[in-house]
Amino acid sequence: MIQEKYRVLPGPEGFVPVTAALMGAVLPDAGGAFVEGGIVPETDALGLIAEKLANAKRPAICPGPLLMWQWNDAVAPKAAAVRELAGACGAKIYPMPDYRSKSPRINPEIEISVNHPNITILHNDIDVCLFAGVHSHYANFALRMIRGGTSCYTICLSDYAASDEAMISLRDIDAAKIAAITTKIKSSTGRS
Amino acid sequence: MSITHTNSNAAGTASCPKQKAVSPEELLLNATRSRAFMTGSEAVAEAVRRAGVDMAIAYPITPQSESMHLTGDLYAQGYIKDYYRAENEFAVMAAVHGASLGGGRVFTATSGPGTLRAMEMFPVWAGSRQPIVCAFMCRGVALPPSIQPENIEMAFLLDTGMIMLHAENAQDFFDFILAGYAIAEQPEVHIPVGVFADGFFVTHTREVIMLPPDDIKLDEYNPDIAPIPPFDTEHAPIRMVRDPLLNKCNFVSYAASASWHQEVLAAAERARKHINKYMGGLIEVENPDADIMIVASGTAVSQSREAIRTMAERDGIRIGLVKVKSVRPFPAAEIAQATAHASAIIIPEFNAGGWLARDIMGTIDNNSRVIAEPRVFGGMSMPEEIIIEVVKKAKGIK
Repeated sequence: MIQEKYRVLPGPEGFVPVTAALMGAVLPDAGGAFVEGGIVPETDALGLIAEKLANAKRPAICPGPLLMWQWNDAVAPKAAAVRELAGACGAKIYPMPDYRSKSPRINPEIEISVNHPNITILHNDIDVCLFAGVHSHYANFALRMIRGGTSCYTICLSDYAASDEAMISLRDIDAAKIAAITTKIKSSTGRS
Repeated sequence: MSITHTNSNAAGTASCPKQKAVSPEELLLNATRSRAFMTGSEAVAEAVRRAGVDMAIAYPITPQSESMHLTGDLYAQGYIKDYYRAENEFAVMAAVHGASLGGGRVFTATSGPGTLRAMEMFPVWAGSRQPIVCAFMCRGVALPPSIQPENIEMAFLLDTGMIMLHAENAQDFFDFILAGYAIAEQPEVHIPVGVFADGFFVTHTREVIMLPPDDIKLDEYNPDIAPIPPFDTEHAPIRMVRDPLLNKCNFVSYAASASWHQEVLAAAERARKHINKYMGGLIEVENPDADIMIVASGTAVSQSREAIRTMAERDGIRIGLVKVKSVRPFPAAEIAQATAHASAIIIPEFNAGGWLARDIMGTIDNNSRVIAEPRVFGGMSMPEEIIIEVVKKAKGIK
């Protein structure tokens, strides 16, 4: 039986979205990035992320606990770089402060929940969302749900290994890589 | 973050022996090795000695007991920061889970009925994404009572979400435990690894194995690279489980739960490249062009090697061998490719259920080629003669 290579693309994929890793998606080693199910050089992916964010109608950035609460020297410049990125592409920030469930529901105007991310995506008509600082287990299971239930284009900036459930994902993210995306957006849009 | 607790054992004298922390590549692949002659149980202890384990918890059961006795000796010598005997196997598995949630590198082992008694915890380990390494010394599990070797307990663990590695001999047992930590602790994997060996045949038999020096050990585990947050288990109120999904009867909570399950399965898939790196592949193949291929795991591999050697020397018959090292993730594509040309695929097993044959029949083309025998259990051995008999039947030789 010949199977076409599975591509991680915007949904809605359906009732139970597939698991990219089980469909053969393999994560990149250092220097590589994950793009729609394949591996490309990281420098190419930086440009693709800039292009997606710059051309989005309603881009969103979802910072997670590793960006909001982490306690190490690297996190402050990384958080500042994400904030500058949001400004460059006009993205609204929807924090994912932790992974607890909220009852009766979250407020989709101001936040995103890992357990039902589609409420925020659909309520705000977000067409491109970027996760940063979300632990990869939670990032992956939320990104899979977004792919299952929405047409949002997903991007994930990962601290260690990349995310195979996002359409584009970088690994070993640091402030310099985030700043490189911002620079590309600014140069393509003419904003300073 | 790590466990900084110092060993304050009963003697109160143990200080951690000087060991240089090295990368898994150095310990497993590059370090010069020297010969040793020991049982599989002793090989387990030698692996733990070099694994930089923070905490080990034991409950005795044959044929596992010796390995955890020896692990206790390692605690007395200062190689392990904490060690105790729990109330039973369920308590053991729950306690190592807690220690792992708190950011420690943990080890335990069990066998047969102990595995079944602790069963609830194995999917919990996987579901909470903890890189626990557990050795299983497989034996009979139920009435009629048997402490003797067979590996039916592996059948019950196939879908718990853990990685399952099946050792052929003491060398594999040593290597797979250390590789288990290297694989389990990858950020994108981070699920438990079960290292299985057929009890007595491996645990109680002395053989030559090659060991790296004992003055090196694995680098410290860093729980901050985990795909989930480590827990603070030292300051009240202590949290014991991951945040549950919203337990409401609605589609969203079911969908989140399903996606979480999928993520555990994905984690095992992501282990493949690390198994290739640290263990030289999910399978090994000998005589790859032979018309008849034997596919086996554990000590059934050793018995098959004997049968293959005898048939080559005595009868001039060339038979191939596929050794399955990783049972989960299952090497479906690798086995299909290695057996694509074969007219018959013989699968000898040490259990009554035939779990390996079932997996292979479900993943290869033209599975009528599979001959799911010989199969022994209840403590029976598998003499080479009964494998040869099946091969000759497949070739139409009387």
